Formats: sequence, structure tokens, C-alpha cells
Amino acid sequence: MKSKAQPKSGFSFADSERVERILSQYPNKKSATLPLLHLAQSQEGYISSSVIDTIADLVDCHQSVVMDCVSFYTMLYTKLQGRHIIQVCQTLSCSLNGADSLVDHIRDKYEIEPGGTTADDRFTLMKVECLGSCGTAPVVQVNNDYHEGLSLEEFDQLLESLE
Amino acid sequence: MSAFKPVLTQHIYQQDCHTLPFYQSVGGYTALEKVLTMDPEDVIDVVKNSNLRGRGGAGFPAGIKWGFLPKDMVKPTYLINNADESEPGTFKDRLLINKAPHQMLEGMLIAAYAIRCNLAFIYIRGEFYKEAEVLEKVLSEAYAANLLGKNILGSKYDLDVIVHRGAGAYICGEETALIESLEGKRGCPRLKPPFPALEGYLKCPTIVNNVETLSNLPHIINRGAEWFRSIGPEKGPGPKLYCVSGCVNSPGVFEEPMGTSLKKLIYENAGGIKNDNQLKAVLPGGSSSAILTAEEAVTLNMDFDSLMDAKTMLGSAGIIVMDDTVNMVQACLNIARFYAHESCGQCTPCREGTTWLVKMLTRMVQGGGKAGDIKMLYEITDNIGGLIDFSKGSFGKTICPFGEAVAWPIRSFVEKFESEFINYIPQQETVA
Repeated sequence: MKSKAQPKSGFSFADSERVERILSQYPNKKSATLPLLHLAQSQEGYISSSVIDTIADLVDCHQSVVMDCVSFYTMLYTKLQGRHIIQVCQTLSCSLNGADSLVDHIRDKYEIEPGGTTADDRFTLMKVECLGSCGTAPVVQVNNDYHEGLSLEEFDQLLESLE
Repeated sequence: MSAFKPVLTQHIYQQDCHTLPFYQSVGGYTALEKVLTMDPEDVIDVVKNSNLRGRGGAGFPAGIKWGFLPKDMVKPTYLINNADESEPGTFKDRLLINKAPHQMLEGMLIAAYAIRCNLAFIYIRGEFYKEAEVLEKVLSEAYAANLLGKNILGSKYDLDVIVHRGAGAYICGEETALIESLEGKRGCPRLKPPFPALEGYLKCPTIVNNVETLSNLPHIINRGAEWFRSIGPEKGPGPKLYCVSGCVNSPGVFEEPMGTSLKKLIYENAGGIKNDNQLKAVLPGGSSSAILTAEEAVTLNMDFDSLMDAKTMLGSAGIIVMDDTVNMVQACLNIARFYAHESCGQCTPCREGTTWLVKMLTRMVQGGGKAGDIKMLYEITDNIGGLIDFSKGSFGKTICPFGEAVAWPIRSFVEKFESEFINYIPQQETVA
């Protein structure tokens, strides 16, 4: 339970109907934690401490319990990322099909290291583990979209097209 | 034997194959209609008789899993469709979700009816955002057609289905980790027993089945258990989706009978080795399976028992092909890094062991190999996954099979390609 001494949370969901729908479909509130975290991140871009406060209230548990969950999952970000999150799969099949050269390319051209964000906040680069599309290696996920079977030229054009 | 005709992927190249009208035009949901007139126990018997074994990796017989549910159920029962496809080399469930989602949903309805479940989940990996959208659309189509919701097709049977997205954790494919994650917690596997059939989601009886497993059910109901058993080996029969990737000309998902030869899958279905190179090694069942040399690979059939006899496993049938240009130490490091990243961290042998493997292999690759490294690699893998003795079935140093999933492949890389690892140890070191 949230301590009464804490200031009122600074985050609220824009789509409160959707929040109600999510909460009502599960047999218990806590199961709604991940869907609410996804929803919050799609609104805010990351999971701030006030997001955690709000969700803890909604699912009726302590903030530390929500934070415990957040810290486990690689897709939940605790700080703001660039406008485009470039996730290059580096697991075996992608690695055998040129994933490393994609990473080298974006690193050299945009002066960005894996895990980092460009100075203009355009790109955040991540090397990620298997994206489950090994048949179309190499695969890059940009925000929610998969880009499959990318040549170096296609990858370059893709990056150019992202403002 | 007559030529095999695809069952699960028969219609995937047709336009609008993911829609309800299309699925109904090819006989979709007739198996459900049939099942709704049957006694749930009889449905379980059909599935038991079919010898359908789970397609997610473990290969446990689906009907027997359902049979573990308590007979006098006072608590609600839950069905979870495991769509957390994350095993490196595996990309079949994504295809089924995109191209034949109603077939999968009909399978879920059949399973849910059989186990008397009124609320089911599709736990889909978070990265499959588009696929989750496809599924939401499929569910609304099904609700509108009274294939979900209350009193389905006038049968008095109710079922709701929720699409639940994961958030980037391989371990959530392990069924108890999945359940923890569904409950809003970290995806740390539970100690078993109790198995989920007795105490699963919210401590209620829960069945977790894979997308491909469930997709087989409409066909088993419509064509019968005997038909299913007639495809491939009797003990683990049926049509099977094989994912072939890596150094091949035409990677992809291929549907063939269980027990198809690995040679055929690589050289015919996947068009052979890229750039006319030579086959060097194959991971037959995802990155968690023990590696096969080229000589071993071309003699083996892809089914549960044949691969178990060859001290590897069918797993998720994610076949990763490596040619003679591949550096096996680098490939081994790639896999070790995957497991170090994905270890949930609750068991010390796994959390520490995977990290040490990456440190050691990185050092070796960077030219810092030392005498004793090979021995140390064996020791670490044995500490994570136990001594690998298939005949004694000796495993169990970690709560879940992740430990074995690291130890088996890494150990097999070192064992079967030892000379390449020795090459990373400087001469004076090997003498010392």
C-alpha cells in the first residue's frame, strides 16, 4: 500500500477506459501489472517513478513490488530513450548472416555505441538477443516494427528514413 | 506411403488466410462444433490416443498433461497458450499466429473445453507487437461470431481469451516462469512439484500448451487419433514445423512429417549450404540442444526419440546450420552470451556459471587462452547443468531446465570441436 506521506503521483493514464478494461478482465488486479506497464510506456516512453506509483495504486501493491517486476524485463525502460529504438538481433542465426556489420555501420555513421543514444535523441542503439525471426536474418526491430533480411544498403536507407 | 500434404500450413500462402471467413471456408471451427457435443473426458481420450507430444520443446504428451488435472475441481482451471517463442533458431509459432491464427484459436477452444476452462490466456512475447495486434483482431472476430464469450454456438459453454504480452524475457517460455510473469511478477521459474496442472496461475490448476501443439488439435478431432498416429513415428507422431536458419540458401519454416531426415530438411527444403560451402555442424532443436557434427547430422531423423538416442534433442525443431567458414569458438561464445543475458538469476550455478562462460570464452577469443581452459569449460558446464549422463537422466542443479539448456550445447561444442578451442590456447600454455 502506498504510504500516505508520499506526494500524489504525477502520472495518470490518458485512456482511463482502457485501464478499466485491462483491470477488469483479469481474475486479480496484480495480473494487470505488465499490461499496464506496457500501456504506460507507450504513453510516456519509459517507466518513471510516478508511473510505478500510479500502477502500484491501481493493482493494489507496494511500489517496490512493481519496481521488482520492471527491473526484470528488458523491454521496460527506466529512462527515456531516443525517438527510434534500433534493436539489432545478435544471436547466432543473425550473427551468421551479417548482424555484426549492421551494428558496425550504425556505430560508425551515427557515432553511437550499443546502449547509447545519439546527441539529437534520434536513435537509441541496442544489441538484443533472439527476436524469433531467424529465417529472415539479419533482423532489426525499430520500435514496434520488424525489418527482416536486411542488407547493409537497406539498413542504411531504413535509418535515413527515420527522422 | 503417399506424399505428405501439409496440415498446419496448408493454407498459409492464400490471401486473407488469417481471417475468420477464410478459415470457415476451409472447414474451420467444424472440429469445435463436434467437440461441443462431446464429453470433455472423451476429448482428452482422443488427444491421449493421438500421442500428440508438446511442440514447445519438452515434448511432453499433451493428453497426459491434461490428465494430471485434479478430478474434483473446485477451483477454476486456466489454459495458457504459450506464444513466448524465444528459443534461438525457432520462428514457427510466429508464422502460425500470422497466417493461421484461427486454427490456433480453435485448438485453444478445444483444449479449454476438454479441461473445463472458462478463461484462457495467450502469453505472447513482447517483441511480437504486430502479432499481438493480429490476435486482438482475431479475438474480436471470434467474439462477434459467438465462437468466444457466453454460450458458445448455443452449447452453454463459456470461454474468454486474453492476449497477454510479455516484455522481453526468454525464461518466460518456461511454463512456471510464464505463470509468475502472468501474475505480474519477475519471470523466475518455480520449484516443481507442484506442477501447474495442480497449482499454476493463482494457485489454480493450469495447463500450458504451445501454439503449434494447440494448432494440431482441430485436425486430430476432425480426422481422428489414428490418422495422426499414421504420420511419422508412432511414439511421437504428427505433422511438424521445422525451422531452418543459418548458413543455408533458403531458410524458412517447413512442414513435414515428424521423423523427417535432417539431411532432407537442409539440402532439399532449405536449398543446401550457402555459397557451395561444406556443412560443418547443426544445432537441431534450438540453441539449447547439443550440437551435431556434419557426419552425425546427415544420418539423423528429426523426431523426439531419434535425437534423444543421439544425445541431443528435437526441442523446438529450430535447426541452426553452420558451414565450414564458421568459427566454433565464436559461435559457442554467441550462445553463451545469450544464456548469460537470459538467466533469471535465482540459481547461483546458472547466474554465475553463464557469466563465467562468457568471460572465459571472450578471453580466449581475444587471445588470452590459458592452459586448463578446456578443463575449466567442462567444469563450469557440469556445475551449471550437472554431469550429462542421458542413461541416468542425471540433471537438476538448478530450479528449471535452463541450466541444462546452457550446459548441453556449450559442453557439446567443446567436446566435438575441441581442436578449435585448443587453437585458442597459446603453444607454450598447452605445454605448461
